[in-house]
Amino acid sequence: MTVELLEDGKKRIRAPLVDEDVRRLEAGDVVLISGVMYAARDAAHKLLVEMLDAGQDLPFDPTGQIVYYVGPSPEKPGHAIGSAGPTTASRMDKYTPRMLQVGLKGIVGKGGRGPAVREALQEHTGVYMAALGGGGALAALQIRAQRVIAFPELGPEAIREMEVEDFPVWVIDDCKGQDFYGRAVAPWRKNDLLPEEFRLPANA
Amino acid sequence: MGDLREIDAAEITRTVRELCIEINYKVPEDLVAAVTRARKDEESPLGRQILDLVLRNAELAAEGEYPYCQDTGSTVVFIDVGQDVHITGADLADAIDEGVRTGYTDAYLRKSIVDDPLFERKNTGDNTPAFVHTRIVPGDQVRIQVDAKGGGSENKGKHAMLKPSDGLEGVTRFVLQAVVDAGPDACPPGIVGVGIGGNFEYSAILAKRALMRKVGQPSPDPRIAELEADLFEKCNALGIGPQSLGGTQTVLAVHVEMMPTHIASLPVAVNIECHAHRTGTRVI
Repeated sequence: MTVELLEDGKKRIRAPLVDEDVRRLEAGDVVLISGVMYAARDAAHKLLVEMLDAGQDLPFDPTGQIVYYVGPSPEKPGHAIGSAGPTTASRMDKYTPRMLQVGLKGIVGKGGRGPAVREALQEHTGVYMAALGGGGALAALQIRAQRVIAFPELGPEAIREMEVEDFPVWVIDDCKGQDFYGRAVAPWRKNDLLPEEFRLPANA
Repeated sequence: MGDLREIDAAEITRTVRELCIEINYKVPEDLVAAVTRARKDEESPLGRQILDLVLRNAELAAEGEYPYCQDTGSTVVFIDVGQDVHITGADLADAIDEGVRTGYTDAYLRKSIVDDPLFERKNTGDNTPAFVHTRIVPGDQVRIQVDAKGGGSENKGKHAMLKPSDGLEGVTRFVLQAVVDAGPDACPPGIVGVGIGGNFEYSAILAKRALMRKVGQPSPDPRIAELEADLFEKCNALGIGPQSLGGTQTVLAVHVEMMPTHIASLPVAVNIECHAHRTGTRVI
C-alpha cells in the first residue's frame, strides 16, 4: 500500500503513486513522505521540458514519482545533505502541466499555484504539497541519502535522487480542485480593520 | 584635516567572511525574540505549531551543522566608510567579494548567483558579486552590515510612483496588497520594509535599509512609528498567518523609512523579508 493512514490522522506515502493513491490525499492533510523524491527546480525544469520537446527520455522515469522543488546547500562532511527546504513553486508553473502529463504524481514546494496547474492536477490526478518554507535545517534531518543524477553543472539546481523518511508536508492542492491556502485565510481575516477591497466573506 | 586611519582591505575581507558564516547559521537574537513573541500571540493552533517548528529550526541551525535556510541568499552589504579612513592593499569591492567567496565556500553555504539574468544564467560558483551599498560618513571607522537575502521573499518586492494625492491611504493599500500578493511564497511571518519618498531608486534602497533595523524597533520619528504600528495591525488583520495557513501573525514587524521627495512624487517601495532574516553588523 502506498498511502498508509496513521493513528494520529496523518498519512504516510511512498512513491510510485497511482491515481487511486492520489485520490486519497485531500487538501489540509498532513502527509509524511518516505522513500524516493527527485529534487529539481528552475533550471532543471527548463531542461527537462526541452528534453520532452525533443522526444528524449528524462534522467528519471517520472511515472508515479514525486518531485521536490529544492536547491540544497552543500552537505558538510558526515551529512547526507545540507539545508534543504522548499523553494517557491509558482516559478515552475510553466513546466508543471507537462510533467504531470508524462506521469508525475506528486509535487512538493511552497507557495500558491496558478489556475493552469490546479486544473492539470485534476486532469492528470496529481497532488501539490508544501513543506515548511524557511525550515531547511529541519528538512535536512528527514533526508537520509541523495545523489546527483543529472545536470551536475547546475550546482544547487542539479537533479538529485533523494531517499527520505517521514518528510512532513501539507496537502495544498488535491486532485479534486480543493485548495488549502484558499480556504485557510478567510476565517482569520479581520474585515473591520481593513479597507474594503481586502475584506473577505468568512467561511470556516 | 585630521590624520587618515589606514585599514587593510584584508580586515574587511575577514569581517565580511565571518559575518556571512555567522548569520547563515545563527539568526539574530532580535529575530528569535520576534518569533517567540508571535508564537505567544498567535491564536491559530496550526499557526502555533508552525512557529514552534520555526523556533526549532533556528535552534538546530545555531548548532552549526545546517544553515537556517538552504537559500543562503544573495549577499547584500551595507558599508559606511568613515571619510578619515584610507583602505589599503586591495580594491574595496574586491575585498568584499573575497569575503563572500571564502565565507560561502568554506562554510558550505549555497551559491545562488548567476552571472547574467537573461542569457546563460550560469552560476558564478561562489555567490559573488555581493550587492553593495556604500556611504561615505564622518569619522575614522568602517561599519559593515551583511544581509543574506532569500530570493523567494525578494521576488515579492513591489515599487510604485504614487500620486501625492494618494497619501497615507494609498500607501497603506499598496503595502497591504504587497503582503497579500506575497502570500505563502515569502514564508510568512516575515518583516515588511517600506521605503517612502526620495526618487525612483532611493525608495527601493530605503525599503531594504528598513529591513536592516532590529526587528520591531520603531522609527525614532513618532509619526512614522505610528504609521508602522498601524500597518503592523492591518497586515496581521489580513489573517494570512504562519506559512499562509491562517492566523493572526502574518508579519513580525513593519519598518518604514522616509526621505524628502519631489513636489510631483510619492514613491513607495516594499521589500519583504521572510522569517529567515539573517543579518549582522561589525564596526572596524
